[in-house]
Parts: sequence; C-alpha cells; structure tokens
Amino acid sequence: MNRVAVVDYGMGNLDSVVHAFREAGAEAGVTRAPDGLFSASHIVLPGVGSFAEGMTNLRDRGFDQALRRAVVEQGRPFLGICLGMQLLAGVGVEGGRTEGLGWVDAEVAQLSPASDAERIPHVGWNSVEFRRADALFEGIPEGTDFYFVHSYHVRCSRAEDAVATTPYCGGFVSSLRRENVIGVQFHPEKSQRPGARLIRNFLALT
Amino acid sequence: MLKIRVIPTLLFKGFGLVKGVSFDSWRRIGTVMQSVKVFNMRDVDELVFLDIEATRLGRRPDISTVDEIADECRMPLAVGGGIKSTDDIRELLAAGADKVVINSAAFADPELVRSASRRFGRQCIVASIDARRAPDGTYEVFTESGTRPTGLAPVDAARMMEERGAGEVLITSIDRDGTMAGYDTALCRSVADAVSIPVIASGGAGGYGHMGEVLLGSRVSAVAAASIFQFTQSTPIEAKRYLRQQGLPVRL
Repeated sequence: MNRVAVVDYGMGNLDSVVHAFREAGAEAGVTRAPDGLFSASHIVLPGVGSFAEGMTNLRDRGFDQALRRAVVEQGRPFLGICLGMQLLAGVGVEGGRTEGLGWVDAEVAQLSPASDAERIPHVGWNSVEFRRADALFEGIPEGTDFYFVHSYHVRCSRAEDAVATTPYCGGFVSSLRRENVIGVQFHPEKSQRPGARLIRNFLALT
Repeated sequence: MLKIRVIPTLLFKGFGLVKGVSFDSWRRIGTVMQSVKVFNMRDVDELVFLDIEATRLGRRPDISTVDEIADECRMPLAVGGGIKSTDDIRELLAAGADKVVINSAAFADPELVRSASRRFGRQCIVASIDARRAPDGTYEVFTESGTRPTGLAPVDAARMMEERGAGEVLITSIDRDGTMAGYDTALCRSVADAVSIPVIASGGAGGYGHMGEVLLGSRVSAVAAASIFQFTQSTPIEAKRYLRQQGLPVRL
C-alpha cells in the first residue's frame, strides 16, 4: 500500500490534495514534521503563495534538509504542485530574490503576456503539450486541459527536464521531471478526471 | 490555449448548519450538497458559493459548511459572503476554498485586499463589484447587496482592486441579476478593458446565447451564472457546446 506524505509547511489548503490521493487508493496524510517523510513511499509538496514565504517556512520547519535526504538521496518519488514545483528551482523572484531547493537547474520568473489577450494571473483550464513521453502522463492525451492558477513559471535550463509545456505567455513548462523529482504547475487535485489519472500514474512510480 | 470558463454560482441567503437551525435551513444545506455532487459529476470548470446577505445582516462566513462543501468538490471552489478580515480568509482557505470572493469589505477596508493578496497570493482573491445603471447611462458601484452606494464607477473600482492586488474581478449587473434577460455586455466590456487581470461576467444569463453575446462582445475570461442553472434545464456542458459552435475555446 502506498503511503503518501503531503507536506504541511503552512502554504495553503492540503485537504483537497490528501483527498485526491486517498481516492486514488493510497494511504495519504498530512506531514507536519520532517520525520514523517521517512515512513512514506511517496512525497507531495503542494502550495500556493509566495516563493519567499514558502522557502522560509520549509527551512523554519526543517523540511529542506529532510526532503533532500528523503527524496534526492533516498530516491522516493516526489511530486511538487504549483508553488511546490516552483520551489524546486535554484532561485525565485517572488517576494524578493530567494534561493529555492535547487534540485532542478531552473529559475522562476514572472509570466509575461505575449499579447493583450493574455491576462495575469493565468487562471483556468489550459492544455498540456508533451515534449517527451513520460509515465506520469500515461493514458492522458496530448492537449488535455488541466487547471492552472499562477503568476510565475519555471524556466528549465536543461531541455530534457521539461516534460510538458502549455501555450500561454509564449509557452511555459507545465511539467518537469528529473529522475524521481516531478513538478506540475497545474493542480491535479482540481483537474477532475485527468488530474485523478495523473495522480494514479504518480502512485504507480517506485 | 486558455479556455473560457462557465462557472455555476450557488447563491444562498445563509447556508450554514449553525445554532438556531430551522427545518428550512436544513433543507437548504441539503440542496447545497446535492448541487455540489451534481456539478462534480457534470465536470464543471469551477464553482462559486456566495452567501449574498451575509454582510448586510452582519453574518460571518460559516467555516464548517465550507469545509463540507470543499470535501465534495473536485474542482476549483470560490467562496464569498460576509468576509471581513484576513483571518476570515485564512480560515476559508484552510477549510478548502481555493479562492475567496470579497465585495463590501473590499470597499469598506482599503487594506483588506492588499494584505490578503500579500499574505495568500493574488490568485486567491476575487474582487466582486456590483454595479447599477443610472438613467443617464452611467454606472455606480453599490455594496451590501446593492443597498449602499459608493459613488464609484465600475471601471475605477476595478482598477483600484487590481492595484491593491486582486487576482480576478467578478463584475455583476445589479439590474440584470436574476432577470435572465442577458448580461450587461457594455458594463462587462468597460470593466474588462480597464484591467489586465481576468474578469468574470455575472448577472442576467437566461440562455446560452446570452453567454455567447457577452463573451464575443467583450474581453471577459469567464461567465458566471446562477438562475439559469438552478431554475432551468440548461447545463454547463450544453452551454460550452454552444459556445464552441460560436468559435470560442472551451473545455469539453
């Protein structure tokens, strides 16, 4: 039975995420202290809010070091959602220039409209276009819509880390992956059936 | 590309399971959960819950009810009605709302939107603006369920909310609300042209054609509708099929 630790670092509501993983058949719970990471098979870092506050909260609670051990060193499948994906980068700009977890060669930048028609924040359903095949999107067709709500995006330095992009503001990375570290800019727990499928796919990773 | 959203709005005059509950209130909450389940099954883009008399009657948001609703919701959920403070917002977000909709307090307390946006992120904050048309064709914003005049024009109010950090604007025509006679497209157009954040049109949808009109006649990003989904056989999916036929990008 998969045990999913959803990290609570004070950045937004976790119930929907926990519910979504439970519905997918995993044992899922909120982890408020770093120790909880080590009895989990999968780790999820959700989050909405500012990059700077997110990093401060992770550090204050000792999560940054524990996550590095549990994920980067020990190899547990990891899913960063929205802010949780952005924190994977080396540096963010929201709330002042801040160092991120730095597990992925990337930086966070503001979304920049390519035309008058594009508004910020990017809110609503938009499509994913695959740069490469990945087990995370098994059974999810090219062009499927997921729910986005954000003003910043991740710029990957290595092209091979980008799994999917979304056509908005010149195109941005909507999903990245480096080995067991996965990030999605959209909210799978709010994306109805495709989101549920993605969550099941994530759980199938070992 | 980014899809147009069709957003059912559930309007309530108090939907809480609180002390002093009458049979009427129980039936209302039952209706709420039924509606949520139905909308879940119907795979709607987003849901909005508004307790529309809360501020006027001095009622605070009912956190436990929001919690129950959010547990059932597999789609984005915005909640509003009676929000007065960042603590109210924190509690609502913690209970499961993805966004909060703020109307009266956003005008009464200039710092509320600013501090909430800083604390929780602008994407959580929807500024709701209700406007009434005067005989000379100008518009004025009213708060507290249309009872309190602000002296502000909707475009100025919208710009003000954007500057303070709101992530979206919900613009409602008081005159059209509940009439099912169509959105006030001119009002929606002026507001959408005044800001660079997404604008949601509200008030007056009676048929899919009305949604098409406001989406093609203005730059709103979404349409919200209450009466049409509560009192007729119309469904969000059929609305979107119609809109696609008009050439609009929707999620089907």
